[in-house]
Amino acid sequence: MWLELKDVVRRFGRLSAVNGLSFELERGAIGCLLGPSGCGKTTALRCIAGFEPIDEGTIRAQDRVLSRPGSVLPPEERRVGMVFQDFALFPHLTVEENVAFGIAHLARDARRRRIDELLEVVGLAHRRSQYPHQLSGGEQQRVALARALAPQPDIVLLDEPFSSLDVELRERLSVQVRCVLKQLGATALLVTHDQQEAFAVADVVGVMRDGKLEQWDTPYELYHRPATRFVADFIGQGAFLVGEVVSPTQVRTELGIVQLNSAGTWRIGQRVDLLLRPDDVIHDDNSTLTAEICARVFRGAEFLYTLRLASGAEILALVPSHHDHAIGERIGIRLEPDHVVAFERSEP
Amino acid sequence: MSAIAGELSGLRSHRAAQAKSFALLFVLCLPALVPLAAVLTAMLTPETEIWAHLARHVLPGVLGNTLVLVVGVSLATAVLGTGLAWLTATCDFPARRFFEWALLLPLAVPSYVLAFIAVGFLDYAGPLQSWLREVFGSSSWVPPIRSTGGVICVLTLSLYPYVYLLARSAFLTQGRRAQEAARTLGMSAFKAFWRVVLPLARPWIVAGTALVAMETLADFGAVSVFNYDTFTTAIYRAWFGMFSIDAALELAAVLLAFVLVVFVLERRSRAKLRFTTTRDVSHRAPRVELRGGRAFAAAAVAALIFALGFLLPLLQLAVWAITRARMDFDARYVGFLWHSLLLASSAALIIAAASLVVAYMERRHSSLALRTLVRGATMGYAIPGTVLAVGILVPIIGLNNLLQDLLARWFGDAAPSVLLQSTLLTVLLAYFARFLAVGFNPIESGLNRITPRIDEAAMSLGVGGVGLLRRVHAPLLRTSLVSAAILVFVDVMKEMPITLIARPFGWDTLAVRVFEMTSEGEWERAALPALVIVLVGLIPAALLTRRGEHVA
Amino acid sequence: MLSRTFPLLARFASVLGVALAFLVGCGRGTDELVIYSSRNEQLIKPMFDRYTAETGQAIRFVTDDAGPLIERLAAEGKNSPADVLITVDAGQLWQAAERGLLQPIESSIIAANIPEHLRDPQSRWFGLSVRARTIVYSTERVQPDELSTYEALADERWRGRLCLRTSKSVYNQSLVAMMIAAHGEERTEEIVRGWVANLATEPFANDTRLMEAIVAGQCDVGIVNTYYYGRLLREKPDLPIKLFWAHLGEKGVHVNVSGAGVTAAARHRAAAQKFIEWLTQPEAQAMFAGVNLEYPASPNVEPDPFVASWGTFEANLLNVAQAGELQATAVRLMDRAGFR
Repeated sequence: MWLELKDVVRRFGRLSAVNGLSFELERGAIGCLLGPSGCGKTTALRCIAGFEPIDEGTIRAQDRVLSRPGSVLPPEERRVGMVFQDFALFPHLTVEENVAFGIAHLARDARRRRIDELLEVVGLAHRRSQYPHQLSGGEQQRVALARALAPQPDIVLLDEPFSSLDVELRERLSVQVRCVLKQLGATALLVTHDQQEAFAVADVVGVMRDGKLEQWDTPYELYHRPATRFVADFIGQGAFLVGEVVSPTQVRTELGIVQLNSAGTWRIGQRVDLLLRPDDVIHDDNSTLTAEICARVFRGAEFLYTLRLASGAEILALVPSHHDHAIGERIGIRLEPDHVVAFERSEP
Repeated sequence: MSAIAGELSGLRSHRAAQAKSFALLFVLCLPALVPLAAVLTAMLTPETEIWAHLARHVLPGVLGNTLVLVVGVSLATAVLGTGLAWLTATCDFPARRFFEWALLLPLAVPSYVLAFIAVGFLDYAGPLQSWLREVFGSSSWVPPIRSTGGVICVLTLSLYPYVYLLARSAFLTQGRRAQEAARTLGMSAFKAFWRVVLPLARPWIVAGTALVAMETLADFGAVSVFNYDTFTTAIYRAWFGMFSIDAALELAAVLLAFVLVVFVLERRSRAKLRFTTTRDVSHRAPRVELRGGRAFAAAAVAALIFALGFLLPLLQLAVWAITRARMDFDARYVGFLWHSLLLASSAALIIAAASLVVAYMERRHSSLALRTLVRGATMGYAIPGTVLAVGILVPIIGLNNLLQDLLARWFGDAAPSVLLQSTLLTVLLAYFARFLAVGFNPIESGLNRITPRIDEAAMSLGVGGVGLLRRVHAPLLRTSLVSAAILVFVDVMKEMPITLIARPFGWDTLAVRVFEMTSEGEWERAALPALVIVLVGLIPAALLTRRGEHVA
Repeated sequence: MLSRTFPLLARFASVLGVALAFLVGCGRGTDELVIYSSRNEQLIKPMFDRYTAETGQAIRFVTDDAGPLIERLAAEGKNSPADVLITVDAGQLWQAAERGLLQPIESSIIAANIPEHLRDPQSRWFGLSVRARTIVYSTERVQPDELSTYEALADERWRGRLCLRTSKSVYNQSLVAMMIAAHGEERTEEIVRGWVANLATEPFANDTRLMEAIVAGQCDVGIVNTYYYGRLLREKPDLPIKLFWAHLGEKGVHVNVSGAGVTAAARHRAAAQKFIEWLTQPEAQAMFAGVNLEYPASPNVEPDPFVASWGTFEANLLNVAQAGELQATAVRLMDRAGFR
């Protein structure tokens, strides 16, 4: 395995910022640690980079041990590149010199070629002799990426690489960054609190909470088959609807019987929460089921309606925007779920 | 098994790395720690009988005096140094380019020289009051110069450049930009200064003021001219007057408690400090153009300080040098000058380089033990010069005696005689002990403003340790490094006690000449070497201007 | 990082090592006479030069305050390169002798040239020039017949008319020490308190400023070393101030000495003794004292004519060693009396 973390623990005093983190990343894959702030994702990244020692577990790359309790390979010997949240470009060096910083050991020609190649890939060949403060945020970001990739590290770590950029730029750059990483065949690990970013860049995403991984999976699986209620909550939008298990694969709700994709270990008669994504709820004027609109968000192509059911429960529905309904109106709906996941009720 | 061993190679124990860096730093700081240890161990053999006397008759007055002096001089230099730095770094007014470097020059005038001239000129018998009496019949309304206020004024004029130099480098690197940013947010220039520019420059201002406070604590020359009793004068009185170096060392240990307070205040003022990134290399916001009365007032204040702190003393020295000391000027001055320059510039280089290493190690492996070590090593600046000189010389002599005994055992009567205590190496080691703080403070506060992410970025690119220092920190800290080197250079030019006690036979410097003349009260004849010291001090100031222009 | 630092440090250390070897090589002792002097270079080097010219004896010296020099001497112990210690006051010589840093010298030449009260009773050090400390007064506001002793300056008639130099000056310390020797502590403290009560202004940092204050009219009398008076008078001969030859206790002007002793560790004991003996001989005596307007220690040698023009005086005959012995007591007494 290219990168492997096994039961990694990092404590600060009594607090365990990272608390038993394990995952593996294949060569050429782009991983992502996703989670709310304070979940330990950045600490995990700093442990991998070697800026923090670890208290338990091991970190390996390519079968080299990078860290274990009490011992670390110094950051400068790890072959782990890093792109920082604030980019941390060297202000006294030009774009070109920044990129060249980590490859001073290469012969002049090789170095030149590598710089040209990288600046070409990140689209900054024309700004090579400018200083960081003369660049826009997006350009600085790309310089940081090129600089980190220049020494051909085993792994590139990206710490919230888009957080200091504006939203517009973020989406565009995240696609570009993925392109660049894939083009150069780099193995990368990204840390973010933004699910869009994670999904746009990563092949595989781990959702972290309190220093632990809740789930390590592809974005599709995370969205449609969240392993825990936390993941279901954190990833995408959705609402929980109460139901009663009537057969191993069926749950009765106030919107009718819902088919589960796989049989759970539920008791017949047990009450469960079903995760309904907004796209699981279809607007249908012909439906006998109706719900009252209590909030709406216009999203251009669609409306995201918050609907109140007879029981008072609220669900979300994504409706094409020509169906323009006012708050307070009742509209017909039906369920058309692809993947329905049930969770034990959080409170009885 | 061997496979596992191979796989683990290269791994460093974290704790071992910490211990190693502590050990390295300890060795590096050793010369500075030795005199400190000498002072502190004196506490083990208390001179109880003298103490009782000191506690009853000396300490109460001396404690109050010292406190008033240190607080007064620190506050006054902080205000004056910061204000002038702000004016010259972010505003434009007539002759601003001249004042930018001219305001640094009072640094080159030793404070005891300024004190002597001030007292001579302003005292009852001095020309000013004599003239007033002649014209108005009385001068009794003139406040006495030999007073607490007088000492504070003179030390402030003499020491404010420490704050000025450091605050200026802070304002130059980000003052105008920060100010501009604040003003776009609707703040007035005045408000922008208080809310944004000043807080950003705080680490520098505090670092400079801490140097001033320490120098004030250690000052003997200037306060003696005023006959103002401080801890330092009490130390010398116990030593030279009561022949008790132990009591002197104990007083010095109490003095260190003052320094601890300075350190704690300094740390506290930085506690909430946020790291700010980088400096602009070429982008500069325009200066605030002062007009009319304001421009005149700015120029007038700068001119007044320059005149009082530099021009008038320089003129007085020149007059004395020409009228009274002309006969002293001979070919030997080439040697004095060369010796002074050699010592001052090598000390400046060594201490600036060592400070960079120390500051970097503290940054990289920050731990309580390490910080304590570094703080301890920079305390030497507050210990009165002669005490420190003896504190470092005595252990070196001990080493020399050991070596001599060994040689005697090996070679018998043919043993060569060694004299470590009067070598340039010893002089430089002692300078290191005394002036580490002077180099360290500017560099540490500069380093504090570089975000640690920059270090990590370099390390993740495979560049750590010396490479990181050389390729990232040194260029980013250029201004701080130059400031540190200049301060050390000028301080060493003026330094007496260490040079006196440890210099090789016949190796006299300009400061030694000043000592020879002043110690028997021949101040006018001391004007010649003092004048040369001041003139040599112009060299680094000029260098700084050229640098400043280059950066701008 | 460490692994990369160490070779650098090692290289640095080796360079220093070479430099060190060079410098230590320079420190090798030969038959040169080594002198630690707290008498300033410009006052003492002419003597060395003359001696070297006359005898061929090479001399190396280092100047500094006596305090650090004595500490250095003590730390160096038997390995000290120093042969002779020269100071500008008897107290420091007394202290060096007390600490066993000087050795006794039996010399009939010195005994013949230097009066008994100006040298150590145990012959470990010898006064070479006399520094007289006496009263200076304003010729405009004081009649000489109003003046008598140092003690009398504590009299109420001088309230607000007296100027003194700081008690940090060793010359005041030895003056008060001698007063203790003459009158005992209690009486001396009364006198010092009287002085302090009579002060016209804060004590001065040096004698020259004090005399300028008298000239300017800030006060009428003061106590100074005569050579400061001489220096000032040489600049401005018409100043309205004069010296009064005061009495301490029974009689005589208080004197201190600038003197020398042979160190306990001296490697060139004979040469050191020879040098000090030379210093006590008439020609050297005249030069030693004359260069700083002091009085020769040898009664057989006339002072500089300029110095002689201030008149002759009788010196107090208490042994100057007492100044050293009682100096610490004097300092405490002045602390108690509030004499800053």
